[in-house]
Amino acid sequence: MHEVINQAASFIHLDAMTILYLFGVGFVGGLVSGFIGSGGAFVMTPAMMSLGVPGLVAVASNMCHKFPKALIGAIKRAKYGQVDVKLGIVLGISAEAGVLIGAGIQENIKKAYGEAGSNLYVSAAFVVILAVVGGFVLFDAWKTYKGGNTDLEEKKTKLAAWVQSINIPGTMVYFKSMDAKISVLFTIPLGFATGLLAATIAVGGFIGVPSMIYVMGVPSMMASASELVIAFVMGLGGSFKYAMHGLVDIRLAMIILCGSLFGIQLGAIGTTYVKPYMIKVVMGVIMVIVLFSRGLMVPVYMSQLGIISPLAEGTMKLMKNVSFGIMGFALIVGAFIVLRAMWQGKRAERLATAREGLIHG
Amino acid sequence: MGSSQTQKKKPYLSALVWGTVSVALYIVLLSNQDLINANFANGGVYAFLPIAAAFLFSLVHGSFTGHFWTVMGVEAAKKHKEVK
Repeated sequence: MHEVINQAASFIHLDAMTILYLFGVGFVGGLVSGFIGSGGAFVMTPAMMSLGVPGLVAVASNMCHKFPKALIGAIKRAKYGQVDVKLGIVLGISAEAGVLIGAGIQENIKKAYGEAGSNLYVSAAFVVILAVVGGFVLFDAWKTYKGGNTDLEEKKTKLAAWVQSINIPGTMVYFKSMDAKISVLFTIPLGFATGLLAATIAVGGFIGVPSMIYVMGVPSMMASASELVIAFVMGLGGSFKYAMHGLVDIRLAMIILCGSLFGIQLGAIGTTYVKPYMIKVVMGVIMVIVLFSRGLMVPVYMSQLGIISPLAEGTMKLMKNVSFGIMGFALIVGAFIVLRAMWQGKRAERLATAREGLIHG
Repeated sequence: MGSSQTQKKKPYLSALVWGTVSVALYIVLLSNQDLINANFANGGVYAFLPIAAAFLFSLVHGSFTGHFWTVMGVEAAKKHKEVK
C-alpha cells in the first residue's frame, strides 16, 4: 500500500502577508492560464518553497489548486465555443500515463544522482524544450505579424495536414476542433509526451498546446482552451495521488485558488478580444524568458555535482534569486501582454460600436 | 463591454450571494487551520477531503469571480471570433 507521509505538522504558519503574496501569485498565474491554457505552475511551486514549504508539499498543493482552476477556465471558455472536450479528455488520459512514467524517471534519477542530479535533469529538459518549442512558437507568431496575416484564418502546418490525411482503420476519431478525423495512434503519444513533460517541468501545456497546433492542426484558440481540460484531468489524478500520501496543504491550494479564479476568468474573457496569434505571442515570450531562468541554474547544479569547479556559496544564492526573479518576470510580462491586448481589443470594440451608432443614428 | 444597445441588468445579487458564501468558506478554512490540517492531510481515504474541498471552493468562488467581473463591466467581446 501507499506510504502516508502526513506533513501536517510541517505545514507552514500563514500570516496576512503570506496570504496576500499567494493570492497575488495566484491571480497572475490564473490570468496567464486563462489565456494560454497553462503557465503559472513554474512560478507557483518555487514561490511556495520560498516561504519554507517543503518541495513535495508545494508540488502537491500547486496541483490541487490547478485542477479546480482549470475546470472553471474550461467552463468559461466552453461558453465561447473554444473547447474541444473530447480532445481534452483523450489527451488528458494519455497524459496521465505520461505523468506516472515521468514521475518514475524522476525518482530513478534522484536515486542515482541525488537531488542536484534530478534538478540538473529538470533544468536541462526545461532549457532544451523551451528553446526548441518556445523559439518556434515565437518565430511563428512573429512571421504572422510581419506578414500582415493576423486577420487571416490560421493555416494548418504541412505536418498537421499529413497527420490528418493518415487513415488507420479502427483508430480514427472525429475531433470538432480540427473538423477532421485523426488516428488515436497520434493523439496518445502526444498526450503521453505532455504528461511526461508535466511530471518533469510542471508545465505540460508548453508541449500540449504547440503539439495540438502544429502536429494536429487545432486552431490556437481551441488548443489553448482544450489544454485546460487536459490540465483538469491530469491535475485531478495527480492531486488525488498526492492527497493519498497526505501531502496536500489545502490552505495553500485554496488561497492560491482564490487569486487564480479571479485571474482565470479575466484571462478567458481576454481571449475574446484578441487575434489568435496573440496566444502564440504570450506563450512564446513566457517560454523564452523562463528558458533563461532555468539556464541560469544549470551551472549551479553542475557545480553541486562536481562536473564543473565549485561555485562560491554567495554566487549560487545570487543565481538562485535571479533565476526566481526572471521566472516571476516571465509571468508578469505574460500578464501585461494579455491585459494590454484586452484593453486594445476593448477600445476597438467601443470605437466600432460608436461608429455603428453614428451610421444608424 | 458595457456599451451594448440593450442594457443588460448586472448580476449584483448573484455576486453578493456567491461572494458571501465564498468569504464564509475562507473564514471557516482559515479559522480552523489546525483541525483542517490534521484531518485533510491524513492520506488514504482522507484524500477525498481536499479533493471535495477543491471542488466546493471552485464552484462557489468560481461563480463569484465570474459574476464579479460582469458587475465590474468586464465581459467577453460582443462579436468574438467564433472558432469553428
